Amino acid sequence: MKSFRRLVYPYLVWAALLIVLPMLIIVFYAFSAQGNDVIPVKITFENFVRFFSDPIFIEVLGRSLKLALITTIICILIGYPAAYFIAQMRPDSQSVMVLLVTLPQLINMLVRTYAWRGILLKAPFSPEVKVYIGMVYNFLPYMILQIYTSLSKMDPSLVPAAHDLGCDDRMAFLKVILPLSIPGVISGITLVFLPAVSSFFIPKLLGGGSYVLVGNLIENYFVTTGDWNFGSAISLIMALVILISMYFTRKFDYDKEAV
Amino acid sequence: MMKKNNAFSKFYLFLILAFFYLPIIYVVFFSFNASRSLTNFTGFSLRWYEKMFKTRSMMESIYYSTIIAVIATIVSTIVGTIVAIGLSKSSRLIKQVVTQVNNLPMLNPDIVTAIGLMLLFSTINVPTGFGTLLLAHIMFCIPYVILSINPKLRQLDDNLAEAALDLGCTPIQALYKVIIPQIKEGIISGALVAFTMSFDDFVISYFTTGPGINNISTYVYATTKRINPSVNALSTLIVIAITLIMIVSNVVPLLRERRRKNEETA
Repeated sequence: MKSFRRLVYPYLVWAALLIVLPMLIIVFYAFSAQGNDVIPVKITFENFVRFFSDPIFIEVLGRSLKLALITTIICILIGYPAAYFIAQMRPDSQSVMVLLVTLPQLINMLVRTYAWRGILLKAPFSPEVKVYIGMVYNFLPYMILQIYTSLSKMDPSLVPAAHDLGCDDRMAFLKVILPLSIPGVISGITLVFLPAVSSFFIPKLLGGGSYVLVGNLIENYFVTTGDWNFGSAISLIMALVILISMYFTRKFDYDKEAV
Repeated sequence: MMKKNNAFSKFYLFLILAFFYLPIIYVVFFSFNASRSLTNFTGFSLRWYEKMFKTRSMMESIYYSTIIAVIATIVSTIVGTIVAIGLSKSSRLIKQVVTQVNNLPMLNPDIVTAIGLMLLFSTINVPTGFGTLLLAHIMFCIPYVILSINPKLRQLDDNLAEAALDLGCTPIQALYKVIIPQIKEGIISGALVAFTMSFDDFVISYFTTGPGINNISTYVYATTKRINPSVNALSTLIVIAITLIMIVSNVVPLLRERRRKNEETA
């Protein structure tokens, strides 16, 4: 069966070319600038200096993080009870509910966001509120399904056991159900926060161009301005910020487990 | 007490579902609107459907979304299955390396993966278009297929394939007569994930496609600068297609199961 090992080798080449190399090219672009006729490119930090010395860019980054964070929190607050209620239904109703939550997700994301544009066109909300509605709409199903999965895996005899040991409903929830569902919440956070930081068509379609996020900046520098070096630097900064936030989320998870 | 809780939870879930389905019902409703308006329903009409079928670029976007998703699903499912099987026999190091590399497109924001590919295609001077779009889709689908198959491979008994070889199978025969039937479920769910990811993708498509080649997502994005009610008609078409697929894929196994049970009792 060792001969099957060779099946992986072509994929190694493929992955090196299409997954690893593009990341290296982004890093290269981020640390370089268009040079003159003699030397076509020069290696420099100036793209990063430019980003961090301009308060507007910092503000956009902060706004993106804030949007992602608040979206994630709203998704947990609305999604947790929903997942909890679904997990308490009869097994066949549970699978119907999961199907009903999944179904809208299968319909193209752009199409769903476009639909909200129509609904919110005349609504007296600020662009910011409209963007939040679109974000929560798009990401809530992920959160519900992740929390539901961890809740449904739970041993159903745990809650009666807690009651027998003298817990009331509230205590049983806080001491038994909630801690056991934290892994679901964490993976929900990963699925919501991560793409939310970089989203750019929801703010563009619902915020009407007045609500600029990091994703919109990157899109602008690549599609409109054509300044690929600066665009790459912004992408790299965003990827790093996401990586650091995910590190802290995971760490929080481990600390919780250690207690 | 219990009953009250039950009513509240039902009401809560009803509100959640209403929120999820509101925009879908809204586009379906307004796709039959006689006027351009997205807020006033002035009468029933099929003009936006007529316009959709007459708009070449719109029909093309449906065609490209479908053809890309179908090819990307087939290729990534085959490649993903082969790689996953190979990986299960590989050394720890190779496993680790491939897992980490596959994590990159899954954990990286789509926009980073997208501009990476765009910069790659520009660096090696490949003009963007149908080919680059397809390549990008295959690239991001394969890791999901591998991820779906891996758990099934872990449950697989190594001795079975060995036994097949001892009984005179060639490795290829052992592959499709012994291994593949046992990981079939993983392969099917991998293919479903790949199809959904590809059909739904906007960000990676947006940066890796070329002039004149739009899938549904990039088409909708490009046309929403002005109000275009035929997008509602297009959306309705997608809603109907997805609902039918879901009904068929969920009801057919149920009916089969019921028939099997009936046969058993008969």
